[in-house]
Amino acid sequence: MCRAVDLHQAVLAKNDATAHTLRAGLTARGTTVINLLSSPGSGKTALLERELLLARERALPVAALTADLATENDAVRLARSGVPVKQVLTDGLCHLEAAMLHRHLEGWLPDDTRLLFVENVGNLVCPASYDLGESLRVVLASVTEGEDKPLKYPTAFGLAHLVVVTKTDIADAVEFDEAAFRANVEQVNPGVEVLLTSARRGQGAGALLDRALAAADGAPVHAPVMSRQDAAREHTHPHVHAGPDHHDHADHHAGPGAMTQTCS
Amino acid sequence: MHEMSIAVAVVGQVEEAAERAGGVTAVRSVRLQVGELAGVVPDALSFCFELACAGTLLEGAELVTEAVPGRARCAPCADEWAVGMPPRLCCPRCGTATDALVSGRELQIAGVHWEDGPPHEHTREPILEER
Ligand SMILES: Nc1nc2c(ncn2[C@@H]2O[C@H](COP(=O)(O)OP(=O)(O)O)[C@@H](O)[C@H]2O)c(=O)[nH]1
Ligand SMILES: [Mg+2]
Ligand SMILES: [Zn+2]
Ligand SMILES: [Zn+2]
Repeated sequence: MCRAVDLHQAVLAKNDATAHTLRAGLTARGTTVINLLSSPGSGKTALLERELLLARERALPVAALTADLATENDAVRLARSGVPVKQVLTDGLCHLEAAMLHRHLEGWLPDDTRLLFVENVGNLVCPASYDLGESLRVVLASVTEGEDKPLKYPTAFGLAHLVVVTKTDIADAVEFDEAAFRANVEQVNPGVEVLLTSARRGQGAGALLDRALAAADGAPVHAPVMSRQDAAREHTHPHVHAGPDHHDHADHHAGPGAMTQTCS
Repeated sequence: MHEMSIAVAVVGQVEEAAERAGGVTAVRSVRLQVGELAGVVPDALSFCFELACAGTLLEGAELVTEAVPGRARCAPCADEWAVGMPPRLCCPRCGTATDALVSGRELQIAGVHWEDGPPHEHTREPILEER
């Protein structure tokens, strides 16, 4: 017999639930995750190199995990700062998922880590859909990428807690229009902070570290409009449970009680 | 492309739902709501879905995607508007940022059509989840 069954399940419910659990677990042990997203070549690794070095100088216990499709170059660059660094090769997968991050942290992340920086796979589409259990999501764009980047990737920029402009040292050469860029960010993510940085010249050095520390200390983080939707969506999400034995409430709609009707 | 990961997640969730319901012999179609702001390309998803279904209970199932337009509202102006693409999240009347989207971020399995065998073919009761 053919049956129509209502499921009403969020497709990413499992990743969301894993991310919630991971965030709760890490927060409980004093670790805050910062998820860095950008196109390849925007300068995520270069910016992190500076910020990690600064953290080391300030004796802050930080660590970094960097994801790449195939090479280990970024980990080699980041490890020069002297903080714990781990390379994750995604083997072609274009984004990190919460369960992958969780697996890689086990047995590696030092207990006293205050801030964990995660350099996501260079890509502004896919990583935007996956919560990694971060408390601060940072989306970067270099001055060479065009002022309309936020409009071309509205989901990525729209869900950012913080936007970072990189390579400002070459802004004049490429005639970067800061006001236009800010207006475009504002269109998709009203109220989000935009930081200007240059890893090469040092503009904005330490600013990312400061924002991360503030988030770790419980300062309120920007709440993007796009992350807020009416209650209907909330109900399709699994509820947050801190324990390892939580189960997925979103699934219960599919149980024997799910609304079914026979189709013709 | 994460459309493949998403397709695999859809197939996995439908398989689990079918397992719980018991007696499902085939899945004919899956109805998916894709919000304009979900960051997913429906065409790419359809392509991946076919691949992800191969060799599973969903082999040959049709993916029916329902596009959900992005909408936002402004409480003070009692106004609601289509945000469009790229989205415009500030009120067209007063210019303030909307405090919440009404729709557009959906990425959810609305429902399925599946075949279950005649009652006598049920070899066991549906598994009830503990809670
Ligand atoms: N001029 C300039 N170049 C930069 C800056 N930051 C990074 N780059 C260059 O941009 C390229 C990509 O940087 P990288 O950090 O590897 O980007 P990622 O792919 O986002 O990690 C490299 O050639 C860097 O030297 C900067 O602040 N100024
Ligand atoms: Mg890099
Ligand atoms: Zn992708
Ligand atoms: Zn208004």
